[in-house]
Amino acid sequence: MLSNIESRGIQTGFGFLEAESGFDIAEYLIDYSSTSTNLRVFYVGLINTLVVSAVGIVFASIIGLIVGIARLSNNWLIAKLAGGYIELFRNIPILLQILFWYNLALMVLPHPKQSFELFDSVFVNLRGIYMPKPITENGFVWVLVVLILGIVLKILLKRYYNNKKDNTGIKTNTLSYSLLLVVGLPVSVYFLLGSPLSFDYPTLKGFNFKGGMSLSPEFLSLAFALSIYTATYIAEAIRAGIESVSKGQKEAALAMGLTQKQSLKLVILPQALRVSIPPIINQYLNLTKNSSLAAAIGYSELVSVFAGTVLNQVGQAVEIILMTMAVYLTISLVISLILNIVNRQMSVKGR
Amino acid sequence: MKKLLKPAVLSVLAVINLSSKADTLSDVQAKGSLNCGVSTGLVGFSSTDSAGKWKGLDADMCRAVAAATLGDANKVKFVPLTAKERFTALQSGEVDLLSRNTTWTVTRDASMGLNFAGVNYYDGQGFMVKKSLGVTSAKELDGATFCLQAGTTTELSLADYFRSNGMSYNSSLSDTSAQTKKGFATGRCDALTSDQSQLYALRTTLKDPSSAIVLKDVISKEPLGPVVRQGDDKWFNIVKWSLNAMIGAEELGISSKNINNNFKNPEALRLLGRSGKLHEYLGLEKEWGYNIISQVGNYAQSFDRNVGKDTALNISRGLNALWVKGGILYSPPFR
Repeated sequence: MLSNIESRGIQTGFGFLEAESGFDIAEYLIDYSSTSTNLRVFYVGLINTLVVSAVGIVFASIIGLIVGIARLSNNWLIAKLAGGYIELFRNIPILLQILFWYNLALMVLPHPKQSFELFDSVFVNLRGIYMPKPITENGFVWVLVVLILGIVLKILLKRYYNNKKDNTGIKTNTLSYSLLLVVGLPVSVYFLLGSPLSFDYPTLKGFNFKGGMSLSPEFLSLAFALSIYTATYIAEAIRAGIESVSKGQKEAALAMGLTQKQSLKLVILPQALRVSIPPIINQYLNLTKNSSLAAAIGYSELVSVFAGTVLNQVGQAVEIILMTMAVYLTISLVISLILNIVNRQMSVKGR
Repeated sequence: MKKLLKPAVLSVLAVINLSSKADTLSDVQAKGSLNCGVSTGLVGFSSTDSAGKWKGLDADMCRAVAAATLGDANKVKFVPLTAKERFTALQSGEVDLLSRNTTWTVTRDASMGLNFAGVNYYDGQGFMVKKSLGVTSAKELDGATFCLQAGTTTELSLADYFRSNGMSYNSSLSDTSAQTKKGFATGRCDALTSDQSQLYALRTTLKDPSSAIVLKDVISKEPLGPVVRQGDDKWFNIVKWSLNAMIGAEELGISSKNINNNFKNPEALRLLGRSGKLHEYLGLEKEWGYNIISQVGNYAQSFDRNVGKDTALNISRGLNALWVKGGILYSPPFR
């Protein structure tokens, strides 16, 4: 095969990875410029893929959990709304949804000069959402150290009081301690050190906002579409999980004097999740793969910048597609490994 | 995954196809039609009219090759390709000829297994901005956001230009030129950058064409031409000389209107197949040149009806005039 390609005058091998890319990328989280190598483009694309997938997974899980529970609500309106949401978004192809949200964003959002403003520091316009960027100065690291210490202490404290409750039945309200440890302590250290944190505010300069942090409309509409779409499947998985818990469990919980909320949290969900988690993790896998559809709206993820632009500039389809497929294969295998581990942990242990 | 799938399938096809011996002419004649890669829609170069017929300078190039090889300019199967798909489609054999406003560069010629069979339009990259911005030169575009097509030389030239002038910019990429126009129209970007001819074409399709202007600055050389695979010199020659036949016909004063006249010029007679054995050397029918000119026309006719004075684009010949008329268009002799 290689000799065939060579006889056609097409370059082979992975030498192109060291060549200068020559083009710019709209969004990157690691240093990148048009003088960087094609390998760098690969990393930039990979990181963008992982970021949008991670964001999508977090939001899809939250929305999915809420909708899944709402679907089984005794309140007719809430149950129907949740059902309608699932039917609507699950049955429209994800590519259409991405294009829809992206075009909607472009239609609705204003030009940079007429941006929506929040407190003179957050700006929303066609080019994205611009926010102040925190800049840490000397000593800020101590604030973080104290914060982490506070969280650790809080967890230990909570465990101590839980044990106490289990052993003696005496309940202690730990809220005030927690607030002191997690919020009070770090804040006071922050001020003691003379506020070692400043913000870089975005300002309108010439055509666009400069400075600060920004999220592009491409990223936002992709993350939004992926979350909304995948959440429908997660909601269904949660519903299936809850319905798999026998009714007697709930009745028993209520009979023991637990409230609706307590029975859901302490009895139903722990058993439901055991059934739900494997399909949910499969949905995470789908979401990650679906993120490659971003190529349609020009978000700078792996397929768009590497299997798209780089492929077109160097023309080495076989190598580039192989690398791209290897990435998705690796991500899939890692996720299924996690799935297996979680499954083992969650499975019913001999009673 | 859909976006990923297409190149993946194409590259598998490429591998399968590579093993067969390349003789594009016989393939085309056996199929009875020419698979020709064109753009997904660029007015003046390759786009469909209201009746669904492909029109444009690049579409005419496809027709000329079909006329030369099959004797019928209508035996073309147009395959619309995005900028990102085009080279893989040609490498894999999905198309026999790529005639899709593609810039001739060293990299493409020497490392991608492609051969450029000449230039059918000399272009250069420019900028289109909203008139209301009040920008008159590309130098004033520091910090602007640009809409552009992914996978083109536009991306590279823009990066070069801004780097060499010490300016910064943001980009918003799309797959097709129609999408770049949408981005420009909605205000996602401040300026649209592409080849000048494309800018004029896109401008005519804006809701209010007078709201946008094309800046005078041209920041790159973009010689656009038909492309074939390497390793099939016979086919390469046919495409090269089909283009030259159109240019040569204009030089010799032959058009589809006067083609049946009694020409005396020996070169004209050779081009039309009335004397000499040029067709044998090319492996074509005697009437190959006659078929191109009678069915498609000479270069001037194609230019005028697609991008020139008979169209809304109204692009002047400029560099694309014959060498004897102040341009750089020049056909090697037919002998």
